[in-house]
Amino acid sequence: MRLTAHQSDRLAALVFQWAGWLSVVVLFGIFAMLVWNGAKAFTDISLAEFFFGTVWNPAAFGEARYGILPLVASTLLVTTGAMLMAVPLGIGTAAYLAEVAPPRVYNALKPAIELLAGVPSVAIGFIGITVVAPAIAKIFGLSNGLNALNGSVLLAVMALPTIITVAEDAIRAVPQSFREASFALGANRPVTLWRVTLPAAMSGILAAVMLGLGRALGETMTVLMAAGNASAFPSGFFAPVRTMTAAIAIELGETAQGTTHYFSLFAVGAVLFGISLLVNILSEKIARRFRYKI
Amino acid sequence: MRLLFVCTLVVVAMLGYILWDIFSKGVGVLTWEFLLTNPRKGMTEGGILPAVVGTVYVSLITAVFAVPFGVATAIYLNEYARDNASTRLIRASIRNLAGVPSIIYGLFGVAIFVQGFGLGTSLLSSGLTLGLLTLPYVITTSEESLRNVPNGLREAALALGATQWQSVYSVVLPASVPGIVTGSLLGLSRAAGETAPILFTGVAFYLRYLPTSVWDEFMAMPYHLFIMATQHHAIREVRPLAYGTALVLLGFVLIINIMAFFIRARYRQKLR
Repeated sequence: MRLTAHQSDRLAALVFQWAGWLSVVVLFGIFAMLVWNGAKAFTDISLAEFFFGTVWNPAAFGEARYGILPLVASTLLVTTGAMLMAVPLGIGTAAYLAEVAPPRVYNALKPAIELLAGVPSVAIGFIGITVVAPAIAKIFGLSNGLNALNGSVLLAVMALPTIITVAEDAIRAVPQSFREASFALGANRPVTLWRVTLPAAMSGILAAVMLGLGRALGETMTVLMAAGNASAFPSGFFAPVRTMTAAIAIELGETAQGTTHYFSLFAVGAVLFGISLLVNILSEKIARRFRYKI
Repeated sequence: MRLLFVCTLVVVAMLGYILWDIFSKGVGVLTWEFLLTNPRKGMTEGGILPAVVGTVYVSLITAVFAVPFGVATAIYLNEYARDNASTRLIRASIRNLAGVPSIIYGLFGVAIFVQGFGLGTSLLSSGLTLGLLTLPYVITTSEESLRNVPNGLREAALALGATQWQSVYSVVLPASVPGIVTGSLLGLSRAAGETAPILFTGVAFYLRYLPTSVWDEFMAMPYHLFIMATQHHAIREVRPLAYGTALVLLGFVLIINIMAFFIRARYRQKLR
């Protein structure tokens, strides 16, 4: 059967529309799947224990404990550390790329940053084990460098390309007239950058930070490999930690399907999904609200 | 201003150190034998052929799934969709999908592909999972490349009596192929390096045979590196092999990136 031109046109429009809706279906599918499977864990665990419990030990011989707080605290700790390093470095680099770098330097640096974004997380985790951990152990006189600090350093590396790229775009998007007005008032380049360009680009820079944060929150392999992987409540940056992502990755393979432990990991996934969705939505809100309001 | 330069220097130094460390310590074991033979003696000797083949296979399945759906979505958004509530919902979904952690895709793959659809732990399940992960990336880059096609081309096609589909198929798509290919390659290079999504959906610790169909489990370079770095019974002894694996993985990702880079560069030249 041959379609007429008109029929194939109608068919194509329909097919493309279906494809478009696929993303919506997948996003809501992920959400529904997490809630559906995660909810099954709560036939055995109380909501209060899950959300407020301070011990995560589902594989305990005696009474299994399902408190998500140590995992959430670990994730927040590692991510905060990462942001403390990545945000100043990333914004500084973005400002250099957008405002200072001569074209030749820029053309060499830009692909390098893209390259850094392309380094697989498992390779960064490997470097964490072989290079960063021994360095941390040596500097701080610890017996073992596989801890939250190591995770933070590596997550900073993972988040940097995102922060740099988005922040650079934001700084570039500031109209040239802003800078010229500042120069005309007698301000030099550093003052213009600090007092005019960066504040004007603030919305985009904040969005960049949020996107980098989202990246770090959801990163799995690096923290699984190099952050020590102990599920106790974290006591600080020198403590080995197990983040939400790492808990799912390491424990799902060890549990039998259909057990409470198995479903509880989907519940952890649901919480993680919620947090990263929140970060995403916030970043969009910020980017929209502060546009050129100085 | 000097401070900014120092920031940049630190970032570049980190990248340089990562690349140099993996290259200098991995290049020693990098031989044809390493690339083309199976692991031997409990993975303490021999090569990584099954892991290389597995990564190539799973990337191909990822591409087969992610590229057509991604391009189709991009065409819908750029060529057909009006700016209304449902289009905004689609766009918001895509943006949020891009921010979903990769381990969540892994959970989704287990629940839906492995168990729900009964595909088992297999190349197909992993490829589909990675395909979903890559989808937002392909959509975004494809749409950008469609947007760069001048409107005059579309109007010229329509003026000649072409239907919208004919205009898309024979004018708009060919003009945006280089951009789509570049974006897809970059997306695939990310997927090839991912570990978390394949962890429970099909990757295996060690297999004696190469996969022969999409229903088989497979070995993959990122997972192999993970095993060699953290789970192996003789971690110190296999460190050189782990470095070798890291180097090959990095090289694989890098080659795809460079291919994409050249396609983009050539295309830009042509435009001028």
